[in-house]
Amino acid sequence: MTDTFLSATPPAPIRQRAARDLTRRARWKPAEILFWLCAAASFFLLPDQHLLLSEIVILGLFALSLDLIIGYAGVVTLGHGAFFGLGAYVAGLTSIHLTAEPLTGLALAALAAAALGLATGPLLLLRASDLTRLMVTLGVAMLLYEAANKASWLTGGADGLQGVMIDPLLGRFEFDLFGTTAYGYCLIVTFVLTLIARRIVTSPYGLSLRAIRDNALRARSMGIPVGPRLLAIYAFSALIAGIAGALLTQTTMFVSLDVLAFHRSADVLLVLVLGGVGYLYGGLIGAVAFKLLQDWFSALTPQYWMFWMGLVLLVVVLIGRDRIQTLPRTLMRRLHAEGRA
Amino acid sequence: MSAALQTINLEKRFGGLVATNKVSLVLEHGARHALIGPNGAGKTTFVNLLTGVLPTDGGRILLDGEDVTARSQIQRARLGLGRTFQINQLFAAMTPVESIGLAVSERMGGGGDIWRRLGSRRDILSEIAELVERFRLTDVMDQPTRALPYGKQRLLEIALALAGNPRVLLLDEPAAGVPEAERGELLETLAELPRDVSILLIEHDMDLVFSFAERITVLVNGTHFAEGSVAEIMADARVQEVYLGSDEHA
Repeated sequence: MTDTFLSATPPAPIRQRAARDLTRRARWKPAEILFWLCAAASFFLLPDQHLLLSEIVILGLFALSLDLIIGYAGVVTLGHGAFFGLGAYVAGLTSIHLTAEPLTGLALAALAAAALGLATGPLLLLRASDLTRLMVTLGVAMLLYEAANKASWLTGGADGLQGVMIDPLLGRFEFDLFGTTAYGYCLIVTFVLTLIARRIVTSPYGLSLRAIRDNALRARSMGIPVGPRLLAIYAFSALIAGIAGALLTQTTMFVSLDVLAFHRSADVLLVLVLGGVGYLYGGLIGAVAFKLLQDWFSALTPQYWMFWMGLVLLVVVLIGRDRIQTLPRTLMRRLHAEGRA
Repeated sequence: MSAALQTINLEKRFGGLVATNKVSLVLEHGARHALIGPNGAGKTTFVNLLTGVLPTDGGRILLDGEDVTARSQIQRARLGLGRTFQINQLFAAMTPVESIGLAVSERMGGGGDIWRRLGSRRDILSEIAELVERFRLTDVMDQPTRALPYGKQRLLEIALALAGNPRVLLLDEPAAGVPEAERGELLETLAELPRDVSILLIEHDMDLVFSFAERITVLVNGTHFAEGSVAEIMADARVQEVYLGSDEHA
């Protein structure tokens, strides 16, 4: 319609500037490369910590899945543990009843969690206030917990699912007692999923999610189908959470009702807030910080580590992550200024 | 040929208050039509009914002859009904390039691509560059929207609506709150909007209405009060009384 209006030859330098601005977020930053180099190095340099590191990376992947909906789509939840727990049970049941091959279990867990996300996601869209979303997600997680508790013929109920055995990965790498295969497996799966998530959040679809988060009214008036877009990321986020749950089952060869407990959903939110929302690495960094702090605090005061954890959380939230991150730079600048004065 | 946009006996009530009282209005193709009225006349309610933000209580809305009364906000936008907001509704954390790029790619059907890289489509980049220049946003194109001067945000507000390539554009008080120094730029941009877009201007600012509009509808207490050319409305004693007169006293 406005062909005449837009057909004038666009000025090339402006187009280049626009292209630069649009590709800015997808460019690899040195800190990102450093992060993954450190992760790879940890595999070789900390062989006696592989069990703890597996735990960390699983928690980090779980928190990353949460970041996709909270950080990028602005949808809050208190029940993300439902997808984690479902993934954990599906992986366990697959190994007992179907096949002990780990990648099949991982895929089935992912599909099951994504399906649950697709099924329960519309509940979040009906009344799009934060409070209803918190309650709906919490409710879904509670339903699932009690269902798993009740269906003890399938899940083992409160005793947990016994007899999970996992075949060697790719038929070659046996899951060992030291967690070396487990850690390598978790790390690679997490890396691949992070790459995929990164690609998605820097795509036009990812841009539309940020727009919906910033201003859903405007997004609607621009003709962006808000509901389907949110539903898609919710299901994808559920898929990743399900994979994280499956990794936990496969690396510990055990599933208990604990995977569906409320504290899972609360912890993962805490981890994400610790690491920072909305830049994809917050979950992974938060998981490292969370586990290290937990270790440190419980060594200092075994009974009161929760107290210190709570204090750290308050400080992080009240001061704001932005200010904490820019603190070193601000200090340097002030020192420089004083040195010159 | 049917009108670009038409309402037939459009109604909206909030409890006992009749906000829109059987309003029938015809927006011709290529129109520069202003909708004016004193505060509380129901102008913004009318826009919200047209765009589907509020459901109607009666009457019909036709977009290019097609009945869109039952269509959602999103569907109407996709059918070519664009709007700007009286209070800026922008994406604060995004740059003008990203915001406009989003609007353009959504219209071209590429908004749901999950695997394509941003900035990889030349046709979209060209349109972004064109719009950025047209709306005098070149200097600030890669800065976060929240850091833009108010006048530039106002321009972006209109650029976003136009990026969707609307057939009908509803401008809800585009000059509201723009400081004097940035006003000229805004008025020039409005004057240069493409002629094939039919525009309904909802405005308080009489200078802008008289310079921009060719036809004026006056809304009073939710009721269609008067309609005519600019000269007719200026000469209408009743309009003088209820609107222009009271405005001078305010």
